[in-house]
Amino acid sequence: MSLWNKHAIFEKNSIVLTVGILVVVAIGGLVEILPLFYLKSTIETVEGVRPYTPLELAGRDIYVREGCYLCHSQMIRSLRDEVERYGHYSLAAESKYDHPFQWGSKRTGPDLARVGGKYSDDWQRGHLSNPRSVVPGSIMPRYAFLAESALDYRHIRDSMSVLALEGVPYTPEMIAKADVDIKAQLSPDDPSVTDLVKRYPKAVAHASLGGDIAVTEQDALVAYLQMLGATVDFKLYDNKANLR
Amino acid sequence: MVDNTHQDIDAATGTATTGHEWDGIKELNTPLPKWWLYILYATIIWAFGYWILYPAIPLPGGHTSGVLGWTSRGAVQADLADLRIQRGAMVDQLSRSTLQQISADPKLAEFARAYGRSAFGNNCAPCHGSGGQGSKGYPNLNADRWLWGGTLDQIHTTLVHGARSGDPDGHEGNMPAFGKDGLLTKEQIDAVANYVVSLSNPTTADVSAGKLVFGENCAPCHGENAKGNVDVGAPNLTTKIWLYGGDKASIVETLVNGRGGHMPAWKGRLDPETIKALTVYVHSLGGGQ
Repeated sequence: MSLWNKHAIFEKNSIVLTVGILVVVAIGGLVEILPLFYLKSTIETVEGVRPYTPLELAGRDIYVREGCYLCHSQMIRSLRDEVERYGHYSLAAESKYDHPFQWGSKRTGPDLARVGGKYSDDWQRGHLSNPRSVVPGSIMPRYAFLAESALDYRHIRDSMSVLALEGVPYTPEMIAKADVDIKAQLSPDDPSVTDLVKRYPKAVAHASLGGDIAVTEQDALVAYLQMLGATVDFKLYDNKANLR
Repeated sequence: MVDNTHQDIDAATGTATTGHEWDGIKELNTPLPKWWLYILYATIIWAFGYWILYPAIPLPGGHTSGVLGWTSRGAVQADLADLRIQRGAMVDQLSRSTLQQISADPKLAEFARAYGRSAFGNNCAPCHGSGGQGSKGYPNLNADRWLWGGTLDQIHTTLVHGARSGDPDGHEGNMPAFGKDGLLTKEQIDAVANYVVSLSNPTTADVSAGKLVFGENCAPCHGENAKGNVDVGAPNLTTKIWLYGGDKASIVETLVNGRGGHMPAWKGRLDPETIKALTVYVHSLGGGQ
């Protein structure tokens, strides 16, 4: 057992122990994390995933601010019961423009990865204002104030610029037109929606709440929720080619 | 630590000490139990087996896929295929039969209702209520009044394409905002609201002014007799079943702001068999025509 006795070197010298721990942890990182950055199979090739529109991005910020991720995941795991309930399992490509991603780790409420389009805008608004009005047994808190708070989007261009630095393909045009696009996405009958959809394919314009406030936080959050999981074109997605 | 050259054996236990001593008390260097050590070695050997059988080692060009060729995504596909086989014959029969055949075959209809009920709980109950009772703005599916028709085929069309869903084949048709868009004056709205209330709540008051407004503005969709029209989703106004409330204040609100609820198109989100089962289930809730 003399080889094991060499371990005493680590036990006796704190610096040697520190370096030893670093080496072991680095091996773990090299093997488990590093390959994700170069393996082509990490992010699937899919059609349809696009950056968030400015309004959806602002809604996503509300989602993060209110801590929705604490109770709702956005990750349908590749398990039979999850696919049966929520739809196709989540793909890495679907959160490639998320910084940070909203996968979550706990479900007090249901998964939201594919909630987009599942219910109507009216339902989402009613449910946010008072979840019990549509789901009697719900324990979700009310977020009625979102409908009365004006959306602060003064910094949306800065947010988009930072995301562009992180690799989200926002063009200078998209960033420059952010304010216009926010208003366009809340005016379904306006001709500016055409430009919005040109920049952000499949973007859906939502009727705004129509109160005194032009753009509410609820408008933004609903726009975000209504596009979750709805961008990938699964008709063009090859399940067999993306087994892993 | 153990100093091999100057090993100090504890007299009482016969075990080596670590050489540390505090006030005459020495620390024993008791070896790890053999059973524990062998389990540790076994797990290390197990890991090598795992590396060979399952995807494990990242390489510059990809990763080892393992001798078994297992993938988590492949596994869920296989599970789903198994599930299909398990549900098997009955689902196949759903897929092959028309809605009328399903509802005429007692055994198949019973299966479709059970299958539909579980899909309803997950997908429809958030709006229509767990028993299909509906609520303000969300139609009651137990009543025998249907906005878009209550036959099996009509229910099926509504489920597949939705209403005001953006689907090109979806139901279209909105209640205009007669007040907001200036189509009717405040007085006209008040008069027609009185008339509409009187349709289900007979009154002795004179509602002829409202009737005139109704005939010119509302009858094209709701019909001269106000019995509604399922082609444009115009509800029957002569019953006590109301989607947005039948009191005068609610009716005025409807007239001023217009209405138009959204039902998503379920095509693509649910498979065709599930939609068929849901159709039969909803049809059986009480109001199917």
